[in-house]
Amino acid sequence: MAATPVSTEVVTLKLNDRDVSATRGQTILEVAREQGMEIPTLCFLEGLTPWGACRLCMIELKGSPKLLPACTTKAAEGMEIVLDSDRLKKYRKMILELLFAERNHVCAVCVSNGRCELQDLAQKNGVTHVRFPYRYAKYEVDSTHDLFRLDHNRCIMCTRCVRVCHEIEGAHVWDLKGRGIETEVVADNNLPWGQSESCTRCGKCIHACPVGALVEKTTAVNEMKKRSGFLPYLTTMRENRP
Amino acid sequence: MSKPKIATCWLDGCSGCHMSFLDMDEFLVEFAQKVDVVWGPTVDPKEYPKDVDVCIIEGAVSSDEDLHKLEMIRSRTKILVSLGDCAVTGNVPGMRNALKVPQLFERAYVENAAVNKRAPNWGVPKHLPTARPLHEHVKIDAWIPGCPPPAKAIHFAVTELLAGRIPDSTEYTRFGK
Repeated sequence: MAATPVSTEVVTLKLNDRDVSATRGQTILEVAREQGMEIPTLCFLEGLTPWGACRLCMIELKGSPKLLPACTTKAAEGMEIVLDSDRLKKYRKMILELLFAERNHVCAVCVSNGRCELQDLAQKNGVTHVRFPYRYAKYEVDSTHDLFRLDHNRCIMCTRCVRVCHEIEGAHVWDLKGRGIETEVVADNNLPWGQSESCTRCGKCIHACPVGALVEKTTAVNEMKKRSGFLPYLTTMRENRP
Repeated sequence: MSKPKIATCWLDGCSGCHMSFLDMDEFLVEFAQKVDVVWGPTVDPKEYPKDVDVCIIEGAVSSDEDLHKLEMIRSRTKILVSLGDCAVTGNVPGMRNALKVPQLFERAYVENAAVNKRAPNWGVPKHLPTARPLHEHVKIDAWIPGCPPPAKAIHFAVTELLAGRIPDSTEYTRFGK
């Protein structure tokens, strides 16, 4: 990847009635976070290409009938943006509830309990219960890798593992198979993870995963500590490579 | 003025939520002075009264008996509170839901049994096809997630209820807490 030339062109826009300035090319999410204004995200991870999959970061743009994802929408001159209207809060809560209803996130018996982004967001966004009927569908747990485990019950399809493996590690072990509610993360061409020849056993996917889907073996309930702080550093190093 | 009538109920859960309730320690003395606990595992009455103000329920709805009890309680109670993840989400009792009941019994009472390999078939409630949260069966008025919810979350909820407010316990607890 070639080094991106630094843009110096400045645009001004409004976030929740606050005048802010941004560098052209920055996303609404980047600008908001620079300003200390919170927008919830799950599929976004600093250092990886924004994906716009989870829809938690949707914002309102004055003059646009559609909601737009803050992680992929670029700041432009004169934009008037609302980050946290009642409508947005309602949708965010609903998205989180649907994620819980879709698979089997039994927090009480999860290695990521207490350190889970989905769980945290549920609490912050006022999810006290799930209004949609739980599916209770059967999902497999892939324990074939000697170091790591993939629990499809807890996967939320954020694709952070897919992107970190492709973009940072360069191994591209992970992909998605199936469509819609049938979508699942697969290693290589749908092999048990332990048989993957492309996996370098680096563990980046474990630490990029926001929930308890990709975890280290040998962890018990509440024990899986994830750290993804190395990613922006690695990305910067790659971009600045001569 | 008579004291508010409070009941607690234990469906398909481990009683950990009731233990957490008891963990409110010295507040229980104050609580006992302010309310009448009219029914539940901590008191003796066998018959559920007709005009209960608040019932706090632990556990998922897993059997025909659970469902019958829940519906009876709903019809005789003003405010129903789901206490703990089993009541709120299905939680651990719900982990059997991907299996059909006969498969579940085979796994629990035959495959994993050392002796007397057979499922009980009399004197026990009949399993429902899935163990589900309370609000999928009846109207629930407040939720206190957690496994178990910390005593201070229950304390907050009870204090709010006694003040005539519906508690929002998100500040004190979450799923899996």
